[in-house]
Amino acid sequence: MLYIHCPYCGELREEEEFHPKGQAHIARPLDPDACSDEEWGDYLFFRDNPRGIHHELWVHAVGCRKFFNVTRHTVTYEILETYRMGEQPTITAEHPEGRPSRDAADQASLREGVRA
Amino acid sequence: MSNVATFDTRTEAKIPVESPLAYSYRRSGAPAPTAKSRVVLRERPFLGHLVLRGGAIVLDEAVREVLGVTLPGEPQGLVHDADGRRSIQWISPDEWLVIVPGGEEFELENRLREALGGAHFAISNVGGGQTLLELEGEAARELLMKSVVYDVHPSHFPVGKGVTTVFAKTTVILRRPSEERWELVVRRSFADYTYRWLLDAGDEYGIGVER
Repeated sequence: MLYIHCPYCGELREEEEFHPKGQAHIARPLDPDACSDEEWGDYLFFRDNPRGIHHELWVHAVGCRKFFNVTRHTVTYEILETYRMGEQPTITAEHPEGRPSRDAADQASLREGVRA
Repeated sequence: MSNVATFDTRTEAKIPVESPLAYSYRRSGAPAPTAKSRVVLRERPFLGHLVLRGGAIVLDEAVREVLGVTLPGEPQGLVHDADGRRSIQWISPDEWLVIVPGGEEFELENRLREALGGAHFAISNVGGGQTLLELEGEAARELLMKSVVYDVHPSHFPVGKGVTTVFAKTTVILRRPSEERWELVVRRSFADYTYRWLLDAGDEYGIGVER
């Protein structure tokens, strides 16, 4: 069993209460009509399958029923961080130990996002 | 004031109403509490349940004005009014559950709508869809430990907390209004399942059902 930190409930909850919903941070093309078939097909159907750090969308299905993002290691299954919708991860494949520069402006941009 | 059509779900006509557990009482029985009962189960049917959705700041103002309590803004918060019969609980960052004595919910809904005016919000009466079960007694926590995945130790689950969590194979809203009392808000379609689970799990504590 995993304990997953729900950023909206603000505490660790049982894995049973959550559902994974696939890759996170997939931006819809701004002008779908201008997409080639290949671009649109990539957007709809093709997902990353990295060995290592992966950003995923999860939902706290039994609980607050909010979607949020999870940074997870696909080899160890370790959950490195969870963060709200609209926020950016601090831990990425380029910065597995967390972002080096964490000044005030950086923090503000992390917190900027959809507020419930 | 919005132009939403509202109606009172309680009828004046003399139509017999039955609680979500009516069938369960007939089919599974209801063992009376004895001196040996370490936990007592009680249904509190026909209460008024309302779900409020919207921004915390706007709702807080209206709830303070109408109900006289502050909206629990922190996650897992549960607040009661002075006489303990009306409660409001945090469900999610933009959703709260209000439970009031049966019959009050329609007037409350209208007063809240009036207080909220043109704000962006939603109020739904969910009283027909769920019911409230109460567990009381020294073994209530032990019984819950067998049933829910959530940690119900007093250090982790103080009075005034409420969570939505997994109960056996269904879900409940679990809340702790006072030191010795626990409340389960269950969906009416799962009320029979929950009831039978509680009777079975509570057997070893001599569970009794107060009716």
